[in-house]
This record gives sequence, structure tokens and C-alpha cells, in this order.
Amino acid sequence: MTFELRPVGERAFLIDLTDAQERRRVDAALRRTSIDGVVEQVAAATTVLVRCTDPDAVAGVAAAVRALDLTEEAHGNEATSDVVELRVRYDGEDLDWVAEHLGIDADEVVSRHTGQLWTVEFAGFMPGFGYLIGSDGGLTVPRRESPRTRIPAGSVALAGDFTGLYPRSSPGGWQLIGTSDVDLWNADRTPPALLVPGTRVRFVEEDR
Amino acid sequence: MSLVVKALGPLALVEDLGRPGYGHLGVCPSGAADRASHRLANTLVGNAEDAATVEVLLGGLRASVTTEAVIALTGAPAAVNVAGRPVAFGEAVHVRAGDDIAVGAPTHGLRTYLAVRGGFAVAPVLGSRSSDPTTGLGPAPVTVGDELPFGDDTAGDVPGVDAGTAFVRSGDLLLRAVWGPRDHWFTDEARTAFTAKAWEVSAEGDRVGVRLLGSALERSRVGELASEGLVRGAIQVPANGQPIVFLADHPTTGGYPVIAVIRDEDVDHLAQARPGTRVRFVCERRTL
Repeated sequence: MTFELRPVGERAFLIDLTDAQERRRVDAALRRTSIDGVVEQVAAATTVLVRCTDPDAVAGVAAAVRALDLTEEAHGNEATSDVVELRVRYDGEDLDWVAEHLGIDADEVVSRHTGQLWTVEFAGFMPGFGYLIGSDGGLTVPRRESPRTRIPAGSVALAGDFTGLYPRSSPGGWQLIGTSDVDLWNADRTPPALLVPGTRVRFVEEDR
Repeated sequence: MSLVVKALGPLALVEDLGRPGYGHLGVCPSGAADRASHRLANTLVGNAEDAATVEVLLGGLRASVTTEAVIALTGAPAAVNVAGRPVAFGEAVHVRAGDDIAVGAPTHGLRTYLAVRGGFAVAPVLGSRSSDPTTGLGPAPVTVGDELPFGDDTAGDVPGVDAGTAFVRSGDLLLRAVWGPRDHWFTDEARTAFTAKAWEVSAEGDRVGVRLLGSALERSRVGELASEGLVRGAIQVPANGQPIVFLADHPTTGGYPVIAVIRDEDVDHLAQARPGTRVRFVCERRTL
């Protein structure tokens, strides 16, 4: 496996990989090997961000990352047995734009979204936000040219190959297709996030 | 032993140095927007550097102490009165039980930090007392009537003179940054323009980030970037070419390319920059 290390300021770097499988393997190996000087690691689609304690630690951590034992298969993201059903009102502001971009009508966007099994690939962005990948695809759209300054809590959105739900109102650049009332993050719950990596989700349309 | 809040300006938040280590759960480190001013306030009263302070946006705070206390104010410089008399900014000040502390509007900068000896002992969440209003983690924003208890987060005695100097800048900023991780997504002209031209801090800014206004930065490649991890100080460029610099409460991942990342200590200056401030970048290239 080859990867590039890209500086992220003075005290962090990205491990830039070519696909999700490699990212899972590197993320798991890095988590198994506690390297001195690492503050946190943030796995995403095909990268792992490594934040270090201070600028002087970066070179040593980078050398340790290059020396990681990557022979072991990652076991992460194994599907949990239950499928979580999430009810969605397909009333998003960008639903028509998404349909037009894909060359289909809005009903077809809804049936593609509800008609496949989604799996949480990784968590990120904000507490409770999961990036879900669909089993069938067919809903790949770009992000908005300019992110919105405020997206309402509960918004169901698309970007790239992913779907995601906004646990709280926040700025964001994803295309909004619907709304859900589900409690995605509750600090008093263990784990606090409903959508942890590996969770499988089916979306169910609420009556319009 | 507490601070009783009687009046507030636009926003006041309890902050410390944040909650690193939970990025894989989508939890950003948060913490004081201007780390240097937060640390200095703590140093002036003999606290540990991560003791909780109150970050006061644009002044307007009035509060009293229930016991004798030592306080210090740093960051955006403002007139401070204790029991109706002006006191020094950026120095330890002894206050008596019942004294009123009033923090005026800053002359420049945005955020003034109030430290009390021992720190504010509000309940921590995921190991930090930092308030992150965007995600709702940590204590709620300070409201009138709140009683913020004093803790015992000290690191030694209250130091004598010359513990440090307040240094929030006014006027234009020159910020040091490191290229990448996605500067290769931009044209040579865009990279040249990024450092050659001045950017203006827009009115759209909060603890999440600040939008910069200037000529749009053109990409050399089309297509979408897969979401990847972000840090405080990351300069992200959405498809419209207008950069956003992330501050303390940044999202943990983002899907627009980051052209450069500002050095940690320089992010403090941007966190104090008012709309209209002109910003220039000087970027160095690093390799790993």
C-alpha cells in the first residue's frame, strides 16, 4: 500500500489513501499502535488526519506512521445485526435541484433514497453526524457551490456518494432533500451517537 | 465563592483549552477562540493554563463576586471598572466580596477574557469546560443570573509584575500559514493571488469560522473532494472561490479543499479581527 503524507499546518498531517478499504486498514493500525505525540486521529472517506501535540512531534509521528504494520486486515465497519429505520419527510429545499441534476423526478429521488440499505462509513463533521454509503448508489450529487450559513437540525442531505443527517442546525454545503425528527446525538446515551460506523439504516418516507 | 452575572453583551461563554481526542466522533476540540489571551489571563492570576475563563464578546459584562477574589482581563482591550473605579487591563486585580465588575466595549478586537484565581468550576463535558454553542456541547452560554463557581485550578501564587503583556493587534494582519494539504487543487495564479492580495474579514463570522472577501481563487481541477479532517486555522475554499478560515468550533471534517493552514498562534489574531480588517498571508511549504 502506498500513501502520501500531506502537512496540515504545523502540527498535523493527512494520510492520503486511495480508497476506503485502505483507509480502514491504516486507521485501525494507527489506533492499535499508540504513537507518542498523537493527540487525535480523524478518519474520513480516504484519509486519516493525525493531529500531534506540537510542531516538533510531527516528524517523529510521520516516521512512525510510515513504519506501521499494515498486514492485519481491518475489522472495522462490520455490519451490526439490526437495521435502524429512520422516518423522513422528503421536503428538502434542494430536492428538485437534485432531481434535475440526476435527470429524474423528485419521486424517483425519494424511491432511490428509501429503496436501498445505507451503512455508516465514518463519523465526522459534528457530534452525531454519520457519513452513510448506499448499497445501490444512483444518488451522487456535488455539494453546493457555496455552503449555507445555517441548515436546520434534522435535515437529511446528499453530497458525493454519501447521505447524512444534521443533528443540530449548522453551516453546511450538502444538498437538502428532507427532514427527520430522530435524536441523533444524546450526551446521556451510550454511545451518544445513534449513527456509529457500521450502523445500517433504511429510510422510510413519512406521509406527505 | 462564585461570580454572579448581572448583565451581558452579545455573548459570553465559559472556555478552557478544549476537548481534544474525540475528533473521530465528530467532536471538535472547541476551547478559547484566542488561546494566547486565555492563557495570559490564567497566568496573571496564577492558574493552570487550561483553567476555565469567560470569553466575553464585545464587552457588556457586569457581574459581582461573592467572596474576595483575584481577577484578570486580557484579549480585546476594554475599560474595566471594579466597584465603580477604573482598574488596569492585563494585570491581576484584587476584588472584595460584593464588588461589581463591569467590562466595557473593547476599543479593538472582539473577545475579552475574564479569569478568576482558581478558574470557573462549571461541570466538564468530555473532559472540558468549553462551551460550543454550535454543537451544544459543554456549558450553555452564560445568562443573566448565572452563578459561576470558583474552582481550585491554580498553578502557583499570583505572580508579581511582568507576567505577560496583552497584545491583541489593531489594524491589518499578516498571518503565517503552511501550504496545503490541497493547494495543488488550485491554479498557479490562484496560489500567487492568495498571498499577493489582501483579504477582507467579512461580517459573516463566529467561533466556527470567518469568511474572507477577495478575488475568487480558481481551481486547477474539477470534481469533488472527498470529506477529510479539518483543524483550527484551516483555510477552506468552497466552489465559489471565497475562503473560509475555521476557528475553535470548526467542523471535524469538510469537503472543500484546504489551500493552507494558519499557524496556531496566528489564528488567535484572526479570532480577534473585526469585520473589515484586511488580512494578508505568507505561506511556507513543508514536506514530510
